[in-house]
Amino acid sequence: MARTGAGARVGSGTAGLKDATAVVGIGQTPFARQLPESEKTLACRAILAALDDAGISPAEVDALASYTMEETDEVEVAKAVGFGDLSFFSKVGFGGGGSCATVAHLASAVATGQATVGVAWRSRKRGSGPRPWKNTTVQLPTPAQWTRPFGLLRPADEIAMLTRRYLHEYGARRDHLFNVALACRNRANQNPAAMMYERPLTRDMYMTSRWISEPLCLFDNCLETDGALACVVVSAERARDCRRRPVYVHSAAQGLPAQHHGMVNYWNDDPLTGPAWTAARHLWKHADFTPEDVDVAQIYDAFTPLIPLSLEGYGFCGRGEGGAFTEGGALEIGGRLPLNTSGGGLSEAYVHGFNLINEGVKQLRGTSTAQVPGAATCLVTAGEGVPTSALLLRN
Amino acid sequence: MLTPVVDDDGAPFWEYTARGELRVQACAEPACAELRFPPRPCCPHCHSFDSEWRRMSGRGRIWSYVIPHPPLLPDYAAQAPYNVIVVELAEAPRIRLVGNLVSGPDAPLDSVAAERIRIGARVQVAFPRHSDGDGPRLPRWTLERP
Repeated sequence: MARTGAGARVGSGTAGLKDATAVVGIGQTPFARQLPESEKTLACRAILAALDDAGISPAEVDALASYTMEETDEVEVAKAVGFGDLSFFSKVGFGGGGSCATVAHLASAVATGQATVGVAWRSRKRGSGPRPWKNTTVQLPTPAQWTRPFGLLRPADEIAMLTRRYLHEYGARRDHLFNVALACRNRANQNPAAMMYERPLTRDMYMTSRWISEPLCLFDNCLETDGALACVVVSAERARDCRRRPVYVHSAAQGLPAQHHGMVNYWNDDPLTGPAWTAARHLWKHADFTPEDVDVAQIYDAFTPLIPLSLEGYGFCGRGEGGAFTEGGALEIGGRLPLNTSGGGLSEAYVHGFNLINEGVKQLRGTSTAQVPGAATCLVTAGEGVPTSALLLRN
Repeated sequence: MLTPVVDDDGAPFWEYTARGELRVQACAEPACAELRFPPRPCCPHCHSFDSEWRRMSGRGRIWSYVIPHPPLLPDYAAQAPYNVIVVELAEAPRIRLVGNLVSGPDAPLDSVAAERIRIGARVQVAFPRHSDGDGPRLPRWTLERP
């Protein structure tokens, strides 16, 4: 790929966010079905690890970004780890759709001079804590009166409905969903930090596993994880003085399409083109490269069908071709688009997609446990099926 | 079983189902008259705040369906595996309602075998027995050709 160096573009006036900031630190806790420490403690550990990785003191942090369904708030985090005065803090809505938006908001804040050192984090005890769908008194989101009383109770049910229609409309098969689950599991089998490190997956296991919500089986669903992650964003200029190789935020986008209805997106003209399509239009408009130039992708995988839907949305293939795209080992190392190289939400840990961000950074540092040789560009996406966000990272 | 947590915009829908009528919100501006679902305060097409509730024939086709298996809330787990369907209405295929395909208005959620369910199958709305104090009355669906 012919590109000028990242530094050449900084301060060019019209470039906006492009390569103006970089991720310079990442941190994480162990991932497990049950960790003894509180979400707050896990958050502090991940944040301090990320700052240590960057070689930046907590006292220098002046910006925070998080996303909803995060129980640890800014005040708690800031006073616990000893941040300086904060001049920017944002919290993005829609749970897993907000993961990449945290980095995007920090990049905006740093690029426009509202802050100098930003931290984004996610801490969650979804492994040992309650399942949100079991709460019968709070029926989130607003369309719940039209869905939940009929027994469409869980996110898996809501996405299974779109999946059935997807399979019907495009002739995709469960084998395509298996290809997604297998690629993630194979990468987890290379990653000692992954919950499924020592648990290989076979087609027979997949095809005979129990149903969760037909057509989705057990292996189409993400893990239930306790854990936390964080990353540090600074200006490109500052990044050059940090401890690690900078990973530049090349392009960033959020997406909430017209007439979108969240995970129960059954009520518009075209339910199978979701928020990924909206985020992608903005993402590519501001990028110097195209989907063909992406070396590795970390695509939000709470459920396997989100991968073909996202492959279409982000332009790796045409509409309806996402299933076929997974054939022939395309998502494996050495394939057309190595996917979720830490194991993703399906097989490393489900921490609302933040592990996908950190894995993208590792790939571009050259330190992944499933390293794509020479990886120079990485797409990271947040939850498809809800108002979403995405990042193009480069080194 | 969960009952609908009704909001201001949705209340008329449930008032009509209590009378055994399936009605969908429509823009009351004659030049627009677009149907919309779920209901909302104003028309996204012409921005009129005047709306009416238009009676539907109650006929439609299955757009998609799922078969949930446990773990589920206890009342649902007791009937699992059951079906949940999305029905596109005959008058307005882009108006779609989530519901259940059942063998009769008062039959349980698992009264139609999963193998009988097909995308595109024609269905007809059915209303269960209902008395005041039962809470909102959920419309249900039966196959036109069982």
